[in-house]
Amino acid sequence: MTTTDPTLTGDHTTPTDGRSGPGDGTGTRGTRIIGIATIVAMGWLVAFGLGFSPEDRDQRESVRLLYVHVPTIWIAYLAFIVTAVASGLYFFGKKKSLGWDRLAGASAEIGTVFVAVTLVIGAMWGRLTWGVFWQWDARLTTTALLFVTYVGYLAVRRLGGTHEQRARRSAIIGMLAVLEIPLVHWSVRLWRSLHQDASVLDADGDVTMDGLMLFSLFVGVIAFSLLYLWLVIHRTRVMAMEDLLDDRLLDDAVAARRAESVGGRPSVRTSNHTSDRASDQVSDQEGTT
Amino acid sequence: MSTLRIARLVAAKDLRIEWNSRVFVNQVLPFAGVTMVIFAFALDADSVLQRVAPGLVWLATMFSMLVLVQRAFAVETSDGALDALRVAGVDPRAIYLGKAVALGAQLLVLEVVLLFAAVVLYGQTIPAAGAVLLVITLISATCGLAAVGTLYGGLAAGFTGRETLLPLLTLPAVAPVLIGATRAVEAALGTAGAVVSDGWPWVGLLVVFAVAFGVGGALAFGPLIDE
Repeated sequence: MTTTDPTLTGDHTTPTDGRSGPGDGTGTRGTRIIGIATIVAMGWLVAFGLGFSPEDRDQRESVRLLYVHVPTIWIAYLAFIVTAVASGLYFFGKKKSLGWDRLAGASAEIGTVFVAVTLVIGAMWGRLTWGVFWQWDARLTTTALLFVTYVGYLAVRRLGGTHEQRARRSAIIGMLAVLEIPLVHWSVRLWRSLHQDASVLDADGDVTMDGLMLFSLFVGVIAFSLLYLWLVIHRTRVMAMEDLLDDRLLDDAVAARRAESVGGRPSVRTSNHTSDRASDQVSDQEGTT
Repeated sequence: MSTLRIARLVAAKDLRIEWNSRVFVNQVLPFAGVTMVIFAFALDADSVLQRVAPGLVWLATMFSMLVLVQRAFAVETSDGALDALRVAGVDPRAIYLGKAVALGAQLLVLEVVLLFAAVVLYGQTIPAAGAVLLVITLISATCGLAAVGTLYGGLAAGFTGRETLLPLLTLPAVAPVLIGATRAVEAALGTAGAVVSDGWPWVGLLVVFAVAFGVGGALAFGPLIDE
């Protein structure tokens, strides 16, 4: 079962123009540029978020959490949209390219991490401004359920089976989440609007955006977008390698059994040969020079 | 055979298996009852119990539903019955619909029993004015729960680790049902001064949920089990 997908390295997501050698892992010239840009943008974010931007009239220094809190949740939403779209492209696509599946998985993983960051930072911010870590407010509750939903999606990805089974299952769950999230959001909003005034959260809406604050937030969005892009490219490639490794181990196991039954060793060699060919394919895609 | 006829056959088969094995009566209902009792231990105050009773009824329903779904698909996968159905060319939408109807029927019985338990144990009263709202809430919430439960049960069926995966997938998905059905039942029973007219918007939510997951589930179920 040498299912080496031609789109293994996720060519639709990345400009694979790199000159990386075999020992360089998943990095290429393109991702290195993105990586450096991410570091520079993060440096800017630190400078603007902690230095240049003014403190808030009401929330004092704690307002600086905004520059991480807001960009991470925006990028998380973007990541989940990417997951849904990639799931749809896999599921309805004629080619059933596993590249889309890996992109969906990588994006969901990073989105989940970003939501976790948002929740943790939000809890800290909540403690500072409202005095409590958590409020049963509509937005918080929806975000928490969003987080759990995608943790479930990631668990589905790890159910086992062939790559194609994984891809189909997770594509369906990835698309069902799009059905689920608006329903959850609607119900939670309805729940809170009847039972509690959104009085506490007015503090959130109160933040009169100063020009420099808005710019710092903008820097934050750029920095986290770059970080997302960098992570997603690398994660997609790592997943491609993992899949390849799985196939290879399976090939070896099949060949070993076959060799046992025949009683000769040459067939093991043949299998190694096919696996080598598979790995060559990847190396070629990575542009080995 | 038409889809509806097959669905009816599948549902009848599931219910007959339950009836013969008595797992529902001997294990699931007692489990739900125990849940209601231990809720009382955790919330040791009559006034609190009275106020949160509708929510506890739905929580107990959902926990029991997880058991029921595991069971509904264990009978399918243990001897490859689901594969046999698929190989026989049975429309997956019919299987989905049939299993959802069978699950829904069991859930309805469970909910009625739990409501009765809430009357006895938590001191709830069922006023005549809220009866219509109560019945419609039970039916619409059950449809939504059965749609979600069958869908995710089918997904996890036949894989190791499904016992742990099912709650993780199902509970966030049915959160809207828990919220909507709890508020609607509160309105129907007049818990904490709620009035009946408050309940109807929640029934709207429950109906939309049931329709969305019913259609989504029917479409997704085929590709999910067809592996």
